[in-house]
Amino acid sequence: MIALFKRELLIALRGGGGALTGVIFFLCVITIVPFGIGPDLKLLSQIGPAVLWIGALLATLLGLDRLFQQDKEDGSLDILVCQEHALTWLIFVKCIAHWIVSTLPLVIATPLFGLMLNVSPMGILASMVTLFVGTPAITFIGAVGASVTVTLPRGGVLIAILVLPLVIPVLIFGVLSIDGAINEPQPFTAPFLILCAFTLFTSVLGPLAASVMLRHSAD
Amino acid sequence: MKLVAETISVNRGIKRVVQDLSFEVEQSEALIVTGENGAGKSTLLRAIAGLLPLDSGSVDLQGGKEELLLREQCHYLGHQNGLKTALSVKENLEFWQNFSGEPDFAIQETLEIVGLAHTLDLPVGYLSTGMKRRIAIAKLLITRKQVWIVDEPTAGLDGASSKMFIDICSAFCDDGGILIAATHLPLDLKKTKSLHVEMLDTYADDAFDSGLDT
Amino acid sequence: MIENTKNNIGIWARLGAWLTHMANPTRFMRFADRTIPYLAGLSLSLFAIGLYLGFTAPQDYQQGATVQIMFVHVPSAWLAMMCFSVMAVSGIGTLVWRHPLADVSLRAAAPIGLAFTFLALVTGSLWGKPMWGAWWVWDARLTSVFILFLIYIGIIALSRAIEEPTTAARSLSVITLVGWIIIPIIKFSVKWWNTLHQPASVSKLGAPSMDAVFLYPLLTMALAFTVLFFCLHFMNMRNEILRRRLRVLKIKSGQLGKGSAV
Repeated sequence: MIALFKRELLIALRGGGGALTGVIFFLCVITIVPFGIGPDLKLLSQIGPAVLWIGALLATLLGLDRLFQQDKEDGSLDILVCQEHALTWLIFVKCIAHWIVSTLPLVIATPLFGLMLNVSPMGILASMVTLFVGTPAITFIGAVGASVTVTLPRGGVLIAILVLPLVIPVLIFGVLSIDGAINEPQPFTAPFLILCAFTLFTSVLGPLAASVMLRHSAD
Repeated sequence: MKLVAETISVNRGIKRVVQDLSFEVEQSEALIVTGENGAGKSTLLRAIAGLLPLDSGSVDLQGGKEELLLREQCHYLGHQNGLKTALSVKENLEFWQNFSGEPDFAIQETLEIVGLAHTLDLPVGYLSTGMKRRIAIAKLLITRKQVWIVDEPTAGLDGASSKMFIDICSAFCDDGGILIAATHLPLDLKKTKSLHVEMLDTYADDAFDSGLDT
Repeated sequence: MIENTKNNIGIWARLGAWLTHMANPTRFMRFADRTIPYLAGLSLSLFAIGLYLGFTAPQDYQQGATVQIMFVHVPSAWLAMMCFSVMAVSGIGTLVWRHPLADVSLRAAAPIGLAFTFLALVTGSLWGKPMWGAWWVWDARLTSVFILFLIYIGIIALSRAIEEPTTAARSLSVITLVGWIIIPIIKFSVKWWNTLHQPASVSKLGAPSMDAVFLYPLLTMALAFTVLFFCLHFMNMRNEILRRRLRVLKIKSGQLGKGSAV
């Protein structure tokens, strides 16, 4: 399994672009917002955390089709699903590796983009923490979407349609926790813990559902 | 140890591809699957490798490892090579060696067997089709599995490489392996059986096939 | 008590036997042909009674005549959720028992569920305008129903995209079950989000205890909608079975290569 994890990271590093595409897309979303709503710094700092979350969510959705598609195309998936490793576990590892290469850069880029949106230091810290904790859930749910569309040649858009409604709770609790961190009367711990719980819950549900799908997706 | 298939049937959609097929492959024996294009050779091999569900019947490896399923004791080499173009030959082979089964030959050694020792650090993307196929064949050697299921293994290989593949297969069979291959190449092995897959003109018992009379 | 449990087992066993019996599409077709006229008739008469009761119901002292929207709105919202549960059960039927009609049922239910969800959203919007002064409010209920609407669209899009029926059946079942598990979470999460951001939210049904003049028409309409759902569901399942048969026939006659859609 460690071998699989290393392979996934290595491919992403060599293949290049993958991680960067996400960050650039993230940047695009962040840049478009001030154009859309005007350069009012006060307003921007108010909605900044939410914009960061939406940008990160969309950027994460963008890369999900790569989760199984490439392995399917070059025949690796056939061999991977046949081995003695539990398929659920294998998918879990792939999800984690995918998250590290495509979503972790977004989390790391958050402070910079937060500054561009005039988010307070506390808000930036809270955004980073909630994104770090919450975005894995998007990848785990995305694994289900990626597995059901793996037989389709162009599944990308369909994955987004399928996954987007299911990740709305992640967005809600992520933004809620940031809100709690910045604005005093609002609670931070409760929504944050629910966010953590959601990630843990999907880390089981997502790979499990995806493994049911992938076991006989071989056509 | 022997591989036993009992009255297996495999469907592809509503089309029946394999109907009540039974065969046995003994240790050190090779089963050569022949048949015209579209007869269902690949489907049969995929079903044996556990990649497609059997509609009925069973495939078992008698005398294999009790705790493992048949598909876990197989090397399956399909039409695609299962190699990552972004990684070097060494990295690709290292991954498969660590990921599945017990290591057998060293990577350098297998590359010498397939005659590609000089490509060790080259990315797979730089290699030609035939060379990639040879790396995929090397993949069979790096971990020890009792059964090889190979589908058109020599596609894209020249005469010398095909000869090399036959040598590898015969060494594997002499060592007690079970080989199932779909190929038109005359595999010159000691113990071979052949299985001809006929194109069927029948359909699966589809639930939606009935009741046209009502 | 013991008698009761026994009876329950009897019901489940009988239901199981009936479902196995219905695994044959021809049998189901016969069953549907027989029941659909009754369901349609029952639904029509219930609608007649419900609409009559609804229109003659007195006007609410706060909401005026708009309260009558409720008689369409609330049942469609209920049905939107019930339909998804029917799909989830069908999904289990496909994955666990491989019941040939489970997939047909799931596919047939999806557009109906979408229609009910759409109806719930539109009537909710019509009701919301005079009540809240806006066509759309990001209220907890509205938002979660809207998410349900999106999930339905996703499922229908997926069912159109995958051509091979067995693969499609599996995919649909998996995504429906995941969606079904997540619906309570969505509902719960949005509710919470709402209480924090919009404390002064308008509760849908007004007073917690509803007057009988509103309750009876509402229940009648709910029953009418439920019967209508099963009627439409059976009809659509019949169509789906015919579509499948057509596909089989086309493949057999060689008009259709592997992998092309009907």
